[in-house]
Amino acid sequence: MLISQDDRLSFEKSKSGRRAVTLPSARFSGESPTKAVSSGLLRQTSIGFPELSESDIVRHFINLSRKNFSVDTHFYPLGSCTMKYNPKVNEWAARNEKFTALHPLQEESTAQGMMEILWELEGGLKEISGMDRFTLQPAAGAHGELTGMMLVRAYHASRGETKRTKVLVPDSSHGTNPASAALFGFHVVEIKSDSRGRVDLEDLKQHLDDHVACLMLTNPNTLGLFEKNILEITKLVHQHGGLLYYDGANLNPLLGIARPGDMGFDIIHINLHKTFSTPHGGGGPGAGPVGVKKHLIPFLPGPLVEKAGGSYRWADAGPQSIGRVKLFHGNIGVMVRAYVYLKMLGKEGLRKVSEAAILNANYMKECLKDTFTVATQGPCMHEFVLSIKSLGAQGVHAGDVGKRLLDFGFHAPTVHFPLVVPEALMIEPTETESRETLDLFIEAMKAIADEAVSDPEKVKTAPHTLPVRRPNDVLAARKPILSYRDQLREKMLLAEAAA
Amino acid sequence: MDFPENLKYTKTHEWIAVQGAKAKVGVTEHAQKEISDVVFVELPKQGQAVQQSKPAAVVESVKAAFDIYAPVSGKITGANKALESNPGLINQSPYVDGWIFELEISHPAELNALMSAAQYREMVLQAPKH
Repeated sequence: MLISQDDRLSFEKSKSGRRAVTLPSARFSGESPTKAVSSGLLRQTSIGFPELSESDIVRHFINLSRKNFSVDTHFYPLGSCTMKYNPKVNEWAARNEKFTALHPLQEESTAQGMMEILWELEGGLKEISGMDRFTLQPAAGAHGELTGMMLVRAYHASRGETKRTKVLVPDSSHGTNPASAALFGFHVVEIKSDSRGRVDLEDLKQHLDDHVACLMLTNPNTLGLFEKNILEITKLVHQHGGLLYYDGANLNPLLGIARPGDMGFDIIHINLHKTFSTPHGGGGPGAGPVGVKKHLIPFLPGPLVEKAGGSYRWADAGPQSIGRVKLFHGNIGVMVRAYVYLKMLGKEGLRKVSEAAILNANYMKECLKDTFTVATQGPCMHEFVLSIKSLGAQGVHAGDVGKRLLDFGFHAPTVHFPLVVPEALMIEPTETESRETLDLFIEAMKAIADEAVSDPEKVKTAPHTLPVRRPNDVLAARKPILSYRDQLREKMLLAEAAA
Repeated sequence: MDFPENLKYTKTHEWIAVQGAKAKVGVTEHAQKEISDVVFVELPKQGQAVQQSKPAAVVESVKAAFDIYAPVSGKITGANKALESNPGLINQSPYVDGWIFELEISHPAELNALMSAAQYREMVLQAPKH
């Protein structure tokens, strides 16, 4: 099926006077807007929106969507991102007018249903994570991390411990961890992984002193391993007066099995758009609720929902609060979706989610371990890391294998991450895939491993079957074109150069 | 691969060219290959104090961001502004046009801990190939 190759932007397809909608003239025939609005506020020039017919618009966007790889069209084993299928019942609920027509400033008494959802969702997250309270405001994982860092500073400052400026992160951590800490002004120190890919306890001890504000960890870690020493790690950090931050990116294998709160973490963010099946990436927005233990509740952003008697009310934040981190109550549509997901599965269902996620990952790892090198030994949690180095394929990189997988109808896994594994492919199948899909992916991986040796050019120049081949990511990073205006300027320069 | 004799090298793949009390610093040809196409360089500030083996600059490629460590302690006396508009210089000419910063050496004895061209060549060629 040929996908339209017309790459022009809707602005470029515009024809003056073309319309998809005819405004009912009667409705606007009364007072002229130029009389109702003062002249200083009136736009003097055209707004510059593209002018298109309905069929132009429909074809434009449908064709764009057909170029897309998404969790609704393809298997999407993007490690550390938990691209699970998003049940459509979530969408049905979130789009219900009873939720979409609510305004965040309306009277509490008229928003009790939504407030009950937020209260119940928070209750579910508390039970799953073992934390004592959550703010639902943060808009995504990294926003949660930043919120967490603000809580860390507020906590230490309240105790007069202003010299705690050091945040520890393992060398396999998600890039956002050190970035969030550095953005908030902390000094980031990297902790080494041991030979088995876990936090090196000796290296950790070397860095523990009275300047440590916090240790940020994912558990299971980025190599898909559970930190077996987690209780000792959290005890050591606490003994030195530091706090522990749990990055919830890898929460998917722990639901109903283990709780970060019980492991000794003080602060956690949960990615609702990963673990709780709400849309993700370009299809977001996301949500990164932040949960804390009792001693940190006074510092949480407000307001928080409180339940008194049979009704709900907004409780303002106290004097020690770090203040709002987002307008109103966060990405509320995401909360509704996550709530539906929680209620549809229930306690037993959630545990099965995690068990199936772990089983799927281990099945794939075992099937691929003789073809590739698995970066770790023994069973993994919900994801695993392969290296393609041992293939001995000339000049073929992990990224090329990812591109070639697109030809087989699979989204690429995470590539070249974690940085501690050379030529890494990080694979997370999630629980929502069938055995048949996993087998097809395994076959494709083996076929590409053969090709990488017998016909490396084929892998290096993949994808061969898609409308977009290899965008120039170096040029895109060096000279990004971020707006239509930039694109026009670039085209003009090219035309001038040609003339 | 090129390992100029007149330079000293670090385990973290920086080179340093000493000229009296001052020195220029960049990354080696081996490092630029590993990093791949550089798309952004964060230069140190004039007058900034840097410590041996501590981050002094950041080099970003499409793969990842890499800290560039100061081979010796000192005070920054200049940075290669050309990298701001043309970061690819690090790939094209790692030892000449792609220098990153210049510093005034505060502890010349620290230079003794660095590797010679022959030592660095041995380290790079013996390491498992990435």
